[in-house]
Amino acid sequence: MGALNINDISMRFELPDGSHVQALQNVSLNLKKGELLSVLGPSGCGKSTLLNIVAGFLAPTQGVIELAGKPVTGPSAERGMVFQKGALFEWMSVRQNVEFGPRMKGMPETERNTIVENLLDTVGLRDFKEKAVYELSGGMQQRVALARCLANDPDVILMDEPLGALDALTREKMQGLVLDLWKKTGKTIILITHSVDEALLLGERLLVMAPRPGRIFKEYRLPFADRAVGEDLRVVKEDPTFNDTKKEILEMIWEMEEEIMGGDK
Amino acid sequence: MSGLLVLFIYVALFIGAYLAVKAIRSSMAKTTDFTSLKTVTFGDESAVTADRAASIISVAAIFLVWGAFTGSNYAPIHMPGPFKGYTEFTYVSQNPAGETSQATVNVLVHDFGADVDAPEATESTGFAQGDTATVAAWRSVLIRAARNDGEGVVVTQVEGQDISPGETVKVPNGKVTMTTKGSLNFSPYAGMQMESIWLPSPEAVTHRFQEILHEGYRGIVLLEHIRWSLYRVFAGFIFGSLVGIPLGYAMGLSGWARGWFDPIVEFMRPVPPLALIPLVIIWFGIGESGKIVLLFLAALWVMIIAARAGVSGVNIAKVQAAYALGASKAQVLRYVIVPNSLPEIFTGARVSMGVCWGTVVAAEMLAGEKGLGAMINTASKFQLTDIVIMGIIIIGVIGFGIDVLMRKLESYLVPWKGKS
Repeated sequence: MGALNINDISMRFELPDGSHVQALQNVSLNLKKGELLSVLGPSGCGKSTLLNIVAGFLAPTQGVIELAGKPVTGPSAERGMVFQKGALFEWMSVRQNVEFGPRMKGMPETERNTIVENLLDTVGLRDFKEKAVYELSGGMQQRVALARCLANDPDVILMDEPLGALDALTREKMQGLVLDLWKKTGKTIILITHSVDEALLLGERLLVMAPRPGRIFKEYRLPFADRAVGEDLRVVKEDPTFNDTKKEILEMIWEMEEEIMGGDK
Repeated sequence: MSGLLVLFIYVALFIGAYLAVKAIRSSMAKTTDFTSLKTVTFGDESAVTADRAASIISVAAIFLVWGAFTGSNYAPIHMPGPFKGYTEFTYVSQNPAGETSQATVNVLVHDFGADVDAPEATESTGFAQGDTATVAAWRSVLIRAARNDGEGVVVTQVEGQDISPGETVKVPNGKVTMTTKGSLNFSPYAGMQMESIWLPSPEAVTHRFQEILHEGYRGIVLLEHIRWSLYRVFAGFIFGSLVGIPLGYAMGLSGWARGWFDPIVEFMRPVPPLALIPLVIIWFGIGESGKIVLLFLAALWVMIIAARAGVSGVNIAKVQAAYALGASKAQVLRYVIVPNSLPEIFTGARVSMGVCWGTVVAAEMLAGEKGLGAMINTASKFQLTDIVIMGIIIIGVIGFGIDVLMRKLESYLVPWKGKS
């Protein structure tokens, strides 16, 4: 419940050879409840580091993150995470995976079952409840991961390239699902992606980050996510402003990459 | 020499069976599965599957060769066996005066251990007197043919051929070698079969199996031997797991524990358990406790390493996901780390059961009265090769059975192995 404040985060650490890496420098950001922020940037810009700091897996060397006024000190159930792949527990069935969070809290079984039923309906896996997760396709596995995260009813959902390992068609379908879930649940979502299309389509706000040191380069506010809810995503993509913004961002990222290549020589 | 012959026959069976099966198959209807349509099969590993016909013929071939070289009733054809029965050869003696006289040596070749009477000596006309001897098949007998022929008489010919000390002459059903002292050493024809103290026939082994199954060897029946060996293996394995798995977890979860135990584990792991037997005997004696300690040590290092690998192999995303879902450290251990490590632990259990089974046989051979190793070791001291071979077969079958059982258990208990 409430806003996510990222206040002046910096992260700097030493490598074995004695040199230092400035992974993040003075990153500040405020997210209102229910906002969907997508983050883009060339590799090495610190976007995954930022997500891991928000999740509480890494501690910043400077700055604070507050969720609803409380500082973040470690991982917790109010900040759920969806990984690219491989984060499901393959020794558990689909149902056991989804009910994991509530079960760890000690929620009684009947209550858990209601949650599981509802969520599996939402993500379209009603008939796969008792299947082993390794029997599912990649897209279905990510649906389970989304349901598992939602079952815990977190305030913020952090997604680290959740659709990155899927094929193009499945990916498009899953983008629709992410939008639907976002509208339905009103969760605050931070989505890291490599796909400019995906970032534009899903992000109400879009952050372009730059490397060396990792920092926020530019921020956009976009209308496409709202428009795309319940719509054909391809129609939204045909919008001329969509394509203009896409071109602008791609050029921005290309320039950064070129700079990195030049810097290496 | 006969070893090379066995090799030739075996290679001939390999090639002959292949050609025969190929000919039979080509006369039958062609299969039309996907692999049969591949044109590139040489080098395509997926196109190579074990030919079950070859496996069956292979096992049959071993028994055929075994049976053929031991005169078994199970084998339809045999290699020529040793000569048995009555045979004779002639010799010529010469006295100091230069006169010669011929006589006959009658020999009875009998089964080893049989109680036989010597054949009648043949009457002769000259001063040389007929001799007689008995000899077991595969053995040789020393015949002092000139002994009863008079003073200073020496043998000059055997079967009409001149002979002098060190020379060998072929005679019917055997050969005769003259020793340096002028005696005749008769070796009956040995054939190509193996003597049963070297290699008993298959039925001798099955017969011995029946006997030991019901009556036992030195008062202990076969199942009792097996039970003791298995009991030691399981006891050692269970103690090794009870200590090894928690230690492995500790090494996977704590840098201090890993640093502390690393030198010990890395040093002890390459030491073969057999090398520890003398020390274990000094410390714990030759009784049960010594053997179980040895097997405990054999299983321990394997289980530590398996558990450590299981913990280290966990995908960090799974652990982070569990923490982000609100799990406590204890819950992460119980619901993520332990199940994630089970496939590795099962692999380790299979390896350590194999090591323990090998070690128990060796340990029993060194010290003990009960157990399969003790049984074959004692039997070997009395040249009871059939018991030795039976014991080896049983040890192999049980070792294989343990492995199959562990695989079944694995696919039943950790179906997610290799599926992440």
